[in-house]
Amino acid sequence: MGGAREAVARVGEEPDVVTGGGAPAASAPAGKASAGWKVLTIVEGLVLLIALVLPWVLQDYLTVFATRVVILALFALSFDLVWGYAGIMSFGQALFFGAAGYGVALMARDLNVTSILLILPAGALIGLTASLLLGGFLLLGRYPSSVIFVSLGTLTGSYAADRLARGWYYLGGQNGIPSIPPLTLGSYEFEEGPIYYYMVLAILVVVYLLCRFLVRSQFGLALAGLRENEQRIAFFGYKAQHLKAIIFAVGGTIAGLAGSLYAFHEGFVWPNMLGVVFSTQVVLYVLFGGSGTLIGAVIGTVIIEGVSFWLSDNYRDVWPIILGVLLLLVIMFRPLGLISFVLGERERVGRFGKGPNKASNKETGNAAP
Amino acid sequence: MPLLEASGISKVFGKLTALDGAALTVGENEFHGLIGPNGSGKSTLMKCVAGAEVPTTGKVSFINTDITAFTPTERARAGMSLKFQITSVLPTLTLYDNILLALQAQSSLLDLVLSRTRSKLHDQVMTMLTQFRLADRAHDAAAALSHGQQQWLEIAMALAGKPRLLLLDEPTGGMSLEERRVTGELLQPIKQHCSLVIVEHDLDFIRDICDRLTVLDQGKVLASGTVAEIQANKNVQEIYLRRA
Repeated sequence: MGGAREAVARVGEEPDVVTGGGAPAASAPAGKASAGWKVLTIVEGLVLLIALVLPWVLQDYLTVFATRVVILALFALSFDLVWGYAGIMSFGQALFFGAAGYGVALMARDLNVTSILLILPAGALIGLTASLLLGGFLLLGRYPSSVIFVSLGTLTGSYAADRLARGWYYLGGQNGIPSIPPLTLGSYEFEEGPIYYYMVLAILVVVYLLCRFLVRSQFGLALAGLRENEQRIAFFGYKAQHLKAIIFAVGGTIAGLAGSLYAFHEGFVWPNMLGVVFSTQVVLYVLFGGSGTLIGAVIGTVIIEGVSFWLSDNYRDVWPIILGVLLLLVIMFRPLGLISFVLGERERVGRFGKGPNKASNKETGNAAP
Repeated sequence: MPLLEASGISKVFGKLTALDGAALTVGENEFHGLIGPNGSGKSTLMKCVAGAEVPTTGKVSFINTDITAFTPTERARAGMSLKFQITSVLPTLTLYDNILLALQAQSSLLDLVLSRTRSKLHDQVMTMLTQFRLADRAHDAAAALSHGQQQWLEIAMALAGKPRLLLLDEPTGGMSLEERRVTGELLQPIKQHCSLVIVEHDLDFIRDICDRLTVLDQGKVLASGTVAEIQANKNVQEIYLRRA
């Protein structure tokens, strides 16, 4: 019975070996989860702290740049939900960003609407509608659509929107829509600068917290299943296509919100905002920072934009090459992004619903988030 | 009325006829083995029943409903569950979350977003893990399990939604003798509420736990009956001897 004894030994031993070697964060058997949560929370807190003090230390023109980066981080967050969490490879996220940008620009130009209370909901609604339409077409079907179909479909959508905007006189053609007036609240006008920055940062923080709530919920667990093995969860009885369409629409809504903030911040919209280059840029932000972590998307945006800014100032001719090499290095050696330097696998995946301790103590008390 | 009745099932892939009018009937609380030589169409028949493949012709009825055109999701919601041949536990998730993922499949969207069913499902998660001897590993990542334990986790996940019929595609593939024995033990108790269809190469395992067998050869049913009947069947002996 040597075989059987060997088997028993293997069943008992192997897992520990694998745990020890595979996931650094999971090597300490007790209390590992709470320790893991702390790392993520510390990173988030640190990023927020830096974001809060930034306008105090930066020169004015840099605050304007920082505002743009915060808006782009919001955009990156939208893509991270779609791809990093739900595994939907979209190469057309800019379509929702740009469509909302154009939409609110037209509201300002033709209807004189600039109130933030109308513009932001309108931007979100445009993003929602566009993503529901495209997502409904690409994702909802009796049987799951292939990754290629979805990637090419979103890519085509983004490309077509770009071309449409270029050729449509009403939308300003190649030049887009210039001179968008400032965003207003009552008689107050949001000019570029610290106020705009803090307003945008507040929106980012709120959206971030909502996303965090969503991805840490049981819905987030379903998304994790969707990302890792869509077919498997369909056999559990999940309506996988519906889940995908929903998260795609949530992503589109956030992209729309970001697009409307961007349009008013820059003061103009132009066809690139809808196009493939912008759609790819957001893929890089998320890939670079760490897909499947919300803070990774934010960090990726800040670092890519920051480094591009600095490089373009200091190495005027060769900076795109340097940036390209840097991106390649990260993607080759850190496929989980920069965040994986500090965040272990277990913490990255995280917990869903209630905290782990309550769950293991069989506590069934109040289900506070 | 049997629980599952598949009849006249054909499946053609290009020039290859994988199934040629095969049939499968499974009663309530019956453990049914699907056996046959390599390439006889066992896995394809299983997939046609589960909804992973659409049969070219034929009809599948489940609990008096024609489910031939149902998607996997609809079949799961009707009470059918499948354990894949290739282990497809979600490696980065904990065992606990793997089971919870299976259990919460039919919670409403709002319940999922607000995490309202987790505390309600907690006891069921732990019961499943305990039943499959995995409770002490609840908060480890599934990737850390041995191959055999991953298979058990997968069976536990497939059973989590309390299906009426569980389809197991080679549950003991890659398992040691001892793990096979334990797998048999783990499956016995589910008989009270669930029927089973097992595709398996290990005939000893099949003989030990199944009530009835269907033997496929070249896409057709060669014989179907109780284990004793099949063992006595000349044609069946022949194809297995032919192989050996």
